Amino acid sequence: MRFATIPTKLGPFLCPEPLANQSTSLFPISKLTELPYPPLQSDFNFDPDLQAFFTGRLLLLDEIPFPLQTIQAHYLHGFIQYEKGITKEEHGLSCRRCGNQDKELFATFSCYRCKEECAYCRNCIMMGRISQCTPLIRWAGPATGFHVEEPILRWDGQLSELQSSASERVYELIGHAGEILVWAVCGSGKTEILFAGIEKALREGLRVCLATPRTDVVMELFPRFEQAFPNTQVEALYGGHSSMDRASPLVLSTTHQLFRFEKAFDVMIVDEVDAFPYSYDKTLQFAVEKACKDEAARIYLSATPSEDLLARVRRKELDVIHISKRFHGYPLPVPEFTWCGNWKKGLKKGYVPKVLTEWVKRKLDSGRQCFLFVPTVKVLNDVYECLKSDSVDFVHAEDPERKEKVNRFRKGEITMLITTTILERGVTVPEIDVAVFGADHEVFTSNAFVQISGRVGRSIEDPYGEVTYFHFGKTKAMASAKKTIEQHNSRSSREIDK
Amino acid sequence: MKCLYCKSIFVTSIGWRDLFGLDHEPLLCEDCRGELVFIEGEICRQCGRAFSLFPEKYRQNDLCSDCVEWNQKGRSISKNRSLLQYNSFLQEFMAQFKYRGDAELIKAFKSGLQTLFNKEFRDSILVPIPLSKERHFERGFNQSVLIAGLLDIPMLDALARPLHEEKQSKKSRLDRLGNRTLFSFKTGSEVHGKSIALVDDIYTTGATVEAAGKILLDHGARKVSSFTVARG
Repeated sequence: MRFATIPTKLGPFLCPEPLANQSTSLFPISKLTELPYPPLQSDFNFDPDLQAFFTGRLLLLDEIPFPLQTIQAHYLHGFIQYEKGITKEEHGLSCRRCGNQDKELFATFSCYRCKEECAYCRNCIMMGRISQCTPLIRWAGPATGFHVEEPILRWDGQLSELQSSASERVYELIGHAGEILVWAVCGSGKTEILFAGIEKALREGLRVCLATPRTDVVMELFPRFEQAFPNTQVEALYGGHSSMDRASPLVLSTTHQLFRFEKAFDVMIVDEVDAFPYSYDKTLQFAVEKACKDEAARIYLSATPSEDLLARVRRKELDVIHISKRFHGYPLPVPEFTWCGNWKKGLKKGYVPKVLTEWVKRKLDSGRQCFLFVPTVKVLNDVYECLKSDSVDFVHAEDPERKEKVNRFRKGEITMLITTTILERGVTVPEIDVAVFGADHEVFTSNAFVQISGRVGRSIEDPYGEVTYFHFGKTKAMASAKKTIEQHNSRSSREIDK
Repeated sequence: MKCLYCKSIFVTSIGWRDLFGLDHEPLLCEDCRGELVFIEGEICRQCGRAFSLFPEKYRQNDLCSDCVEWNQKGRSISKNRSLLQYNSFLQEFMAQFKYRGDAELIKAFKSGLQTLFNKEFRDSILVPIPLSKERHFERGFNQSVLIAGLLDIPMLDALARPLHEEKQSKKSRLDRLGNRTLFSFKTGSEVHGKSIALVDDIYTTGATVEAAGKILLDHGARKVSSFTVARG
């Protein structure tokens, strides 16, 4: 959109085209080197609904359910600021919302809104297009306060010794600037260790965000948090579900949705900090940083932290809490390696190795549920052709019935689910075995193996289970995963380490 | 290279066609290209639908039965040709282009559209289907203008869309076929005696281009056909 400048007694300020006088000259905000911010006039009678809606958010005009006149009035009194969506830096363009600076992810088009060639960011386009003439809008008045009625936390579960020690460390960090990594093995009950810290934050009127790269984690945690924090309006944000209500003190969000926040949170918890795509997408890390207040407490959770994080731990830049034991106290299942010959060649001819069919038959006969992980969708289709029966189904990332199939598996309606690595995390089914077919394939990194093994033996009723890797040549990743699991097990038999 | 759509990195292989300059460098990776279904083989002479998509009984010689029926009532569009089947992949692709506003994406179809245009519409001038001012502002661009712009030939801005309406995609077929006063003619546009190719993103029932074509014929165009990226 274009803006005009209008003279006021405090100086020339901006006025959006739809509200501007027809005779004034109009220009896109990219044409100004600096945008004027009117000073805060505290005697202005601001709209508390606008304040409650806006606090900590950084939005496009199209996303704001208030009339443009209201926004402009708050701007002129210093309660709202217009910001360039895209800025020109020395090295090129930069997106203010997602931090993208990759030349390949900017493009231009002839823009009807500003009547110029207008560059836009292709990286965060799924949240609505930001181009050079698009203003980002932020609240610049006093922030909305948060108050949660007692009792804040309703949870009467018991923490294990390791869990409570971790919980205390998290509790202590709340209210202070600082970072901590909680390195908790799969099935250690890391959600529960956050409760006391979150309760403290809410009691102090702080704003808490739990962010994760994965939508399924948000959806799984949401009901648990609603139950645990009965007097708090918990907000869940993920693609296709971004509520635009008043700001909430406890937000569960995908890392993508944090593009819409700025200096919002006093406590930022990032769950599965090593998961795709957060670990490699710098703009998501930018989003998390941007959403934090400067003095925020930052807590990272992972069962398989990345090499970068571990390097920061070694350099003593980042504190770490280990939880090497599962909440039920039993050791992690150690994988077994089974050579299965040239499985690729076999699939081309339309069959799977005999060791695999025997394994599958054993599982199906026993009626015990199992996951069979495969490296690619292509392999998945081929393997399914060989193994299909009433009790076998498959799922992959693009599968339109993905949710239904996972639910049917949870309910026990499917005995064996063949899957790509999308289910390596977060899916908890009590009594289960796991096999990886084609374990020598490069998609199976050491961390992927640790996550996959983590699916097994989650419940106290059934803490054991089998993990088998079918391979055509042992890889470093396989060996390293086995070693990591054995290290966790030997660590958990020692004392809690600092 | 980074795939224009899925952003994954891919390697372009150089074949003999590249050496002769027959193929433009593809902007989409192999997986994404694999999802596209080009309209090839036998098609309905009129509406450009592939015969392979529906049962033989709905075919009468080189026409589909929809077109046979429609021709009896008279129609303004002499033929439609589309580059791609509007499958679920292309639906998402076009949504990203049109509704999310990722203008760049359409460049992926440049060489395909050029080839099809040269084969089917050589002597025609382009008239893009317009948007209402409100929709144009909301979107920031007119997708038909971007599509027509890929062809490097003159385009004529002969039509206007005075009414701001519900999105076509949200209306039923009946609503859309009843939609005859959607467009108005921009006075002074030189269409007299000309052969015109209307440009749009998607041809579904043909109601949009039919309404536009009628107005152009009324103002003296010799022949009006339609050219779209997708055939629904």
